[in-house]
Amino acid sequence: MKRKLLSLALILLVVFSLCSCAFSGNASDVSLNVYNWGEYIDLSVLDDFEEQTGIKVNYTTFASNEEMYSKIVSGAASYDVIIPSEYMISKMIDEDLLAELNFDNIPNYQYIGEEYKGLDYDPNNLYSVPYTWGTVVIVYNTEYVDEEDVEDESIELLWNEKYSGKILMFDNPRDSFALAHSKLGNSMNTTDPAAWEAAAEELIRQKPLVQAYVMDQVFDKMISEEAYIAPYYAGDALTMMDENENLAAYVPVEGANRFFDSMCVLKNSRHKDEAEAFINFMCDTEIALRNAEEVCYAIPQIESFELLDEETKEDTMVYPPEEVLEKCEVFVNLPAETLKLQSELWIELKTHYK
Amino acid sequence: MSKGVSVGNKKANLFPFSSWMVVFVLIPIALVVYYAFTGVDGFTFSNLKWVYTYRSTLWLSLELAFISTVICLVLAYPIAYSMSRASARIQRNATLIIMLPMWMNFLVRTYAWMTLLEDTGLINSALRAIFGMDFPGLHLINNHGAIILGMVYNYLPYMILPLYTAMTKIGDSLIEAARDLGASGAQVLGKVIMPMSVPGVISGITMVFIPSISTFIISKILGGGKDFLIGDLIEDYFLGSSGVVNYNIGAALSLVIMVLILIATFIMNHFDKDASTSGGGSVI
Repeated sequence: MKRKLLSLALILLVVFSLCSCAFSGNASDVSLNVYNWGEYIDLSVLDDFEEQTGIKVNYTTFASNEEMYSKIVSGAASYDVIIPSEYMISKMIDEDLLAELNFDNIPNYQYIGEEYKGLDYDPNNLYSVPYTWGTVVIVYNTEYVDEEDVEDESIELLWNEKYSGKILMFDNPRDSFALAHSKLGNSMNTTDPAAWEAAAEELIRQKPLVQAYVMDQVFDKMISEEAYIAPYYAGDALTMMDENENLAAYVPVEGANRFFDSMCVLKNSRHKDEAEAFINFMCDTEIALRNAEEVCYAIPQIESFELLDEETKEDTMVYPPEEVLEKCEVFVNLPAETLKLQSELWIELKTHYK
Repeated sequence: MSKGVSVGNKKANLFPFSSWMVVFVLIPIALVVYYAFTGVDGFTFSNLKWVYTYRSTLWLSLELAFISTVICLVLAYPIAYSMSRASARIQRNATLIIMLPMWMNFLVRTYAWMTLLEDTGLINSALRAIFGMDFPGLHLINNHGAIILGMVYNYLPYMILPLYTAMTKIGDSLIEAARDLGASGAQVLGKVIMPMSVPGVISGITMVFIPSISTFIISKILGGGKDFLIGDLIEDYFLGSSGVVNYNIGAALSLVIMVLILIATFIMNHFDKDASTSGGGSVI
């Protein structure tokens, strides 16, 4: 319920900000269109930004990288700052959709830890500034899931027939297939059609056990104990665990996806300086800390990290130890023919009627 | 159609309507047709083969939409009839009550059903509280039944209102006359009310069947996103949520739905004409 209220508040905020810019009439007013994942910011940070800089922010959210991408390439809306995941960033760099950043406008970039710079998706650090990172974890309800089933911390839990009808799955093909690939011991970036077919078979086998394929609805369903098991992103898993103490989570031993969500400016943005000011603001130590405390994801800003409470800093789910991270894999942008196969197989799953 | 209005004047009067139709109906349909018959190499029929590939999806959508429409008709008919025979005040209030849920956003209404139907939802909790036991087999959500329920709930007003409008036009005097001539209750229903309500039935069926066959959000919310209906498939191809954006396949599938709806409308209009010449229509 709280989530729904929050989304309602968000909608009101967006409507209000749209109205306010429609009625402001002052030509010097610049408004930035920021496009981010749902439930992924401390909203009060936006007010502070408006107060400090006088730049209005129209904040809208998306539920998947693909949704964001199709909205941008269709030209249906123009955004200035977007916060997608790494594989989408490398795709957008390839397609020349992102602007090179002027780092003179982003002095707070100095707070970003060295290990978060020059990553594969943006090897020369030209287009993106990391916002948060995390891994996929498996959330389960300790009240209903037997201890012996989670002892081995395996992905197999998602295929355990004992919990038929109480398992949730990602409603996006990339994350769902990644889990099936890991289960089979394949790389989640594989381009081998046979591996994809095998993964699809696993997902089809799992379908009768799945209660629903969801994205943000996972919060409601896990917190209200409508479902007992769900794979989701670590930060969101923590948010759920805060609201229901029966919930626990682990990074599966077979390995999981590790993701980096980074802030980028679109090439056709008309307010590039203001967009960079926004990115700079988001890297401010105090602001990044507030966001981290709200969204519970791991952050790349070193000084903000130091200011986090000990409990969070030592939480191995948010900041997994090196040996766990080694098993995790970062998505790369898949070639067109693999994406086509993924799309066909995902539709096959969704049109596989009992 | 009065003949007194000059032709030029008529055209000018139609301007807002015709420009609206061109911009928001004709051009979009032309775009759908264009995309349905083009591919990377220009003109092609190959997009239509996907309709065959997804025939089971199309069939499922038709099936669910058909069931929903029938349920709506069966529920709405007695409601509309008793409304049309009630006093003016009750008619006003009843119309208001039927319209009331429509003041709320469609999505919010559908989400509300989620809260009702879930295993931990209101209905199951209430049953547990009343009978003091669990009903583990009672899964009300994430199945086709829940999708049908969502469609019936959301589209029922569109069935009741046209039926009600058609039935208010049946004068009490006609029913009294039938009675006077010795017709039984069933005969009055079969020979007077039913034939004369056909126009309402036709528009009700059209207004329920069309949104039902193309729905995609109800299946996602109440069906658990497990089984794609044809609307989900079209959405997926236009948004590329599975990884590939393909307007051509999406448009081909949309075109097939449009053709199906056109055929259905044509058949029903024909039916309507038959009914109004042989039955109720001639009485007025």
